[in-house]
Amino acid sequence: MSFQSMTIQRVFFAVAGLSAVVVGTLSITGCGSSEASSSSSGPTITPQQFADGVHAVMMADRTVYATHVVTNLKKQESVVTADEYWEDSDDAIPLPAQMFRMGAELVDENKEAGFTYALRSSWPLNEQHQAKTDLEKEALQYIVENPGENFYGEEVLGDTNYFVAVYPDRAVAEACWTCHNDHPNRGDDYPEFEKDDVMGGVLVRIPLP
Amino acid sequence: MKLPALASPKIAVWMVMNMAIAGVATYALVAPSTTVARRIFLPGETTHGHYQIELACDQCHLTNGGNDESSTSNLMQDACLRCHETDLDTANDTHPASKFNDPVHADLLKILDAQSCLSCHREHVAERTLAMGLTVPSDYCWHCHQDVAESRPSHEGMRYDSCATTGCHNYHDNRALYEKYLDKHHGEADILDDATLILLTSQQTGDDQTQKTRTQVVPDINDADPQIVRQWSSSAHFSAGVNCKQCHQSEAGDANAIRDAKTPAGSSTAWNDHVALDTCRQCHARQSETFLQGKHGMRLAVGLPEMQVAMARLPMRSDAAHRQLNCNSCHAAHVDDIQHAAVDACLGCHNDDHSLAYLDSSHAELWRQELSGEIDAGLGVTCGTCHMPRVATGDNSFVNHNQNSVLRPVETMVREVCQRCHGLEFSFNAVADPELAKTCFDRAPEKTVTSVEMAHEWFEQRRNRQQRRKKSSSR
Repeated sequence: MSFQSMTIQRVFFAVAGLSAVVVGTLSITGCGSSEASSSSSGPTITPQQFADGVHAVMMADRTVYATHVVTNLKKQESVVTADEYWEDSDDAIPLPAQMFRMGAELVDENKEAGFTYALRSSWPLNEQHQAKTDLEKEALQYIVENPGENFYGEEVLGDTNYFVAVYPDRAVAEACWTCHNDHPNRGDDYPEFEKDDVMGGVLVRIPLP
Repeated sequence: MKLPALASPKIAVWMVMNMAIAGVATYALVAPSTTVARRIFLPGETTHGHYQIELACDQCHLTNGGNDESSTSNLMQDACLRCHETDLDTANDTHPASKFNDPVHADLLKILDAQSCLSCHREHVAERTLAMGLTVPSDYCWHCHQDVAESRPSHEGMRYDSCATTGCHNYHDNRALYEKYLDKHHGEADILDDATLILLTSQQTGDDQTQKTRTQVVPDINDADPQIVRQWSSSAHFSAGVNCKQCHQSEAGDANAIRDAKTPAGSSTAWNDHVALDTCRQCHARQSETFLQGKHGMRLAVGLPEMQVAMARLPMRSDAAHRQLNCNSCHAAHVDDIQHAAVDACLGCHNDDHSLAYLDSSHAELWRQELSGEIDAGLGVTCGTCHMPRVATGDNSFVNHNQNSVLRPVETMVREVCQRCHGLEFSFNAVADPELAKTCFDRAPEKTVTSVEMAHEWFEQRRNRQQRRKKSSSR
């Protein structure tokens, strides 16, 4: 076998191997590729599709926790209650927002996750949930002014460009709005929330290549 | 014959000197960590926390035997976490590195890289090292929290370097300082009505196994010293069926030999008068592990010879300079005398103002009353009470032998120890006064830490506002 044919053979196997890896992987494209790609590199999802997907899971879990755990305990007049200071209280479990944030913190610790998420609100009871960037402020305003719509955008933080999706966070269970409306941290301008009101936003942030 | 230029006397001396220097340096590089010659490579004085292991350079400057994922970039960070990660987890770290993975912090990280331990804690820079091994200016909080007064008006006008003072805030450990905790303990009496310390398991059960089995076990060696046998037969080791060979002829790591009293222990090994920590550890795991985490055992933890009192930076008794720190230093070989371990053993070495003032303190008086039976067990306060606190674990308890665990920061001691007998505000006031610490808290604190009152006012305002709103909405 000549040197040239050996080299061609190596290149062939290298390309074939790489293709196999790519085809077997669900990859995320930049925002420029808004449609699922049909190229030979295999199924591809956009950042928006990825964000929509993970958000759906987050909200499903959160709704179940708020409705079937927290509200149910309240209805049963159980001694176990959701409490902001659950760690130092007897018979207490985390509030839905705290459970959500703890999940986000675990994802923060996972270097392989490839995204971050957080709660944000224009009326945060916890300062950590305040909008941090101009885009976040714009997004919160957008989802309040455009009921039923999500906000999608991009922003540069540090040296990285990020895809940002913000979804309306609604009052899904009575425990949500009653607790928020009665909370001692609420300011004078705090809205009186009712069922299905947008109380804030769920933010998903994905670094772009 | 004329000597060549290189062999002239001056150059020869120069070469010999250089070779000698190179030889010493090479020897210091490859010599064991115990070799003083290694000091020539120390770039500066190490901190109070690390000086004991300063010659074990590899502990911080090499990967952990290639068994972890250390890389050149995170090698030092990994070294920090190997020893301190558990503490940070226990402390429910307020500023974990993962918190700053959120990209919104990117600009702040450029000012202060809060994801690297070394941003705030560098070694070998004694000239700029503050308390707790801090090596950045003490205004570090301000960089991210300069707008704190917007949400906390009570903080308006506070000095930019006053955040991390006793009783206010810590960077990592705020278990005794978060606002709800402060409010919850507002208004407590200086001395609590239900003051009592955690009792040892044996004190809780009142179980004196020694009496049950005194006549049932004999030493498993023939030529035992009668006095030692007498001491041993009154000890908890005797009660537990731990016989001579199980400590003196046991291989370190041979857990079964010691744990199972019925198993003849390591009879093939040579008799050893000196019982190693690894042997004690087989039955006293938590005590041994915590001992290795503190300043008494940290040298053993990294494979160095035991800490010697003469090495201490704190004032020590000159007649104790030769003593070494191991289990037997405080626990006599055949007598389980926790009274000795709780006070006398400490004062046998420590010679600073705080230690010397203990015997004249009200805490010591309570201890004497407990020993004489005038007051209940759990009301006397010893050196060990505060510096090696008992930890409740379900129905049991054990003594945390890491003397540093409640001093890093001092508010940890407030929550873990002081508050068992004293109100939170009184406790903060006491530990905030270094002069009071020197005299071993011989009088009531005169300083006033305002954080408890501030937190209470903050919650009061909100509670009042909540009530006003409820009243107005019910009309």
